[in-house]
Amino acid sequence: MSPFIKKALTDIRLNRFLNLVTIFTISLSILVVSVFMLFFENAGRVIEAWNQGGRAMIYLKDNFTMDMLPELKDRINSLGNIQGLVFISKDEALDRLKKEISSSSAFLKTLQGNPLPDALEIQMTSYNSLEEVEAFAEKIKRIEIVDDVEYGQGWLGKFLKIFNLFKITGYAMCGLFFLVALFITSNTVRLAFYSRKLEVEVMRLVGATETFIKAPFYVEGLLQGFIGGVLGLAILLITYLMFSSGMTQGLSSYIYFDVRFLSIKTMGLIIFGSTFLGWFGCYLSLKQILR
Amino acid sequence: MGNITNSDMNPEIKKNSIIRLFNVSKRYNGKFALKDINLDIEPGEFIFISGPSGAGKSTLLKVLYLAEKVSEGQILIDGMNLARISSSRLPLLRRRFGMVFQDFKLIPNRTVYENVALVLEAAGEKPDYIRKKVMQVLRTTEMDKKAKALPPTLSGGEQQRVAVARALVGEPSIILADEPTGSLDAKSAQAVLDFIMEYHKKGATVLVASHNLHLLESSVRGRNIEITEGTIKRTATML
Repeated sequence: MSPFIKKALTDIRLNRFLNLVTIFTISLSILVVSVFMLFFENAGRVIEAWNQGGRAMIYLKDNFTMDMLPELKDRINSLGNIQGLVFISKDEALDRLKKEISSSSAFLKTLQGNPLPDALEIQMTSYNSLEEVEAFAEKIKRIEIVDDVEYGQGWLGKFLKIFNLFKITGYAMCGLFFLVALFITSNTVRLAFYSRKLEVEVMRLVGATETFIKAPFYVEGLLQGFIGGVLGLAILLITYLMFSSGMTQGLSSYIYFDVRFLSIKTMGLIIFGSTFLGWFGCYLSLKQILR
Repeated sequence: MGNITNSDMNPEIKKNSIIRLFNVSKRYNGKFALKDINLDIEPGEFIFISGPSGAGKSTLLKVLYLAEKVSEGQILIDGMNLARISSSRLPLLRRRFGMVFQDFKLIPNRTVYENVALVLEAAGEKPDYIRKKVMQVLRTTEMDKKAKALPPTLSGGEQQRVAVARALVGEPSIILADEPTGSLDAKSAQAVLDFIMEYHKKGATVLVASHNLHLLESSVRGRNIEITEGTIKRTATML
């Protein structure tokens, strides 16, 4: 083991309480940041799923007949920006519905005949905004046989607005908690430094280099940041495991959506950020003290 | 018992000197702690710096290991001009010194072993060498049985032995000791002085600042530099 790491561990052991408070503060800050990240990632997936699909359902009027299909397809394709176009007959739609809500068999029993319309599922090549999709849907709606176009305009527009609001709030909160954690880490290093003032003085007098003196503080800061980050994520994971299945079940009544935990990449970034935070707090503190 | 004889107040500067001071002055708030000091110390010499409290003995040692910067004049250590030494080379210079401080400067929450080992760790020595060397010097200073003890649990004499062990462990070429026997009883003081003398016999240059002239006279052969009010009052050889 590197002597610096060994020394840093000894120092952490000697200043247990101070280090525990710092690690706990960092972990709480990381927890708050991670909660936002979890929300962003899952909300992002909803948007991305919609984004990648660029999907819309075109419901056809009751007087639609199969011989109209080729012409209808041509007209829709002529609008451009169409990647895929699939016809879903009313019978096929009912089969799908039965499969999806098989648990609600009582509801299915009350069904008399098939209330669903024939439909076309389209996939757009690309789009940049909800407005663009809206404009495209309006063009399709002008086709006589088309009854309605559904592209999630109601909930998606609202969701995007809320999502953007959360994003701004989330960034502000993350920034705030980052600063709090930075302040705490920086002060811990300062306290640790003053509690070891004699040691630092002696080290200097016996010929220790500045690197030798500072390195254990940096290692300590890095360890605090790393442990704080891992602990924050662990708390979030435990909370997630406790509530995620219930949450997914609750949401499934409204949308098909499973809440997923943070990706490995995001977790890596959070731990890296938290470790950096520990280092940066130490850097700021030592820069000020040893000025 | 050694005798003190007067010698030249301004000794000729010798070319093989390990420490040379040229017109060195140190002022604190305009008041001179050291004034116009010229000194020339040869390798292997034993220098005893005497004088009353506040005469400037400790300040003289402090300017040598750069705990304080001089206000005027120049100091050469083995040809290196301290005024021109870069901050990156300062640790290397300090490793040439073994320092015994008046207040011991032992780290209270580190064991005796750790306090002594710090010097070698700072010099980047390997763990095996550190272990061997530290235990060797603790045996020499008869503190090996208390290697795991914390300094506050030791007596004054024991703490001073640890301080001496720390000063000797790096095998420095120059030993600077500020009142090494100041707060000790006669037996402990003699023991500490014996350790330093033993190391001196191996060729180290030793500078001891102390008001305990009697103890030094009885056991040391060297040069006595008497300082009063920051100036060298008298230089004498102790036989």
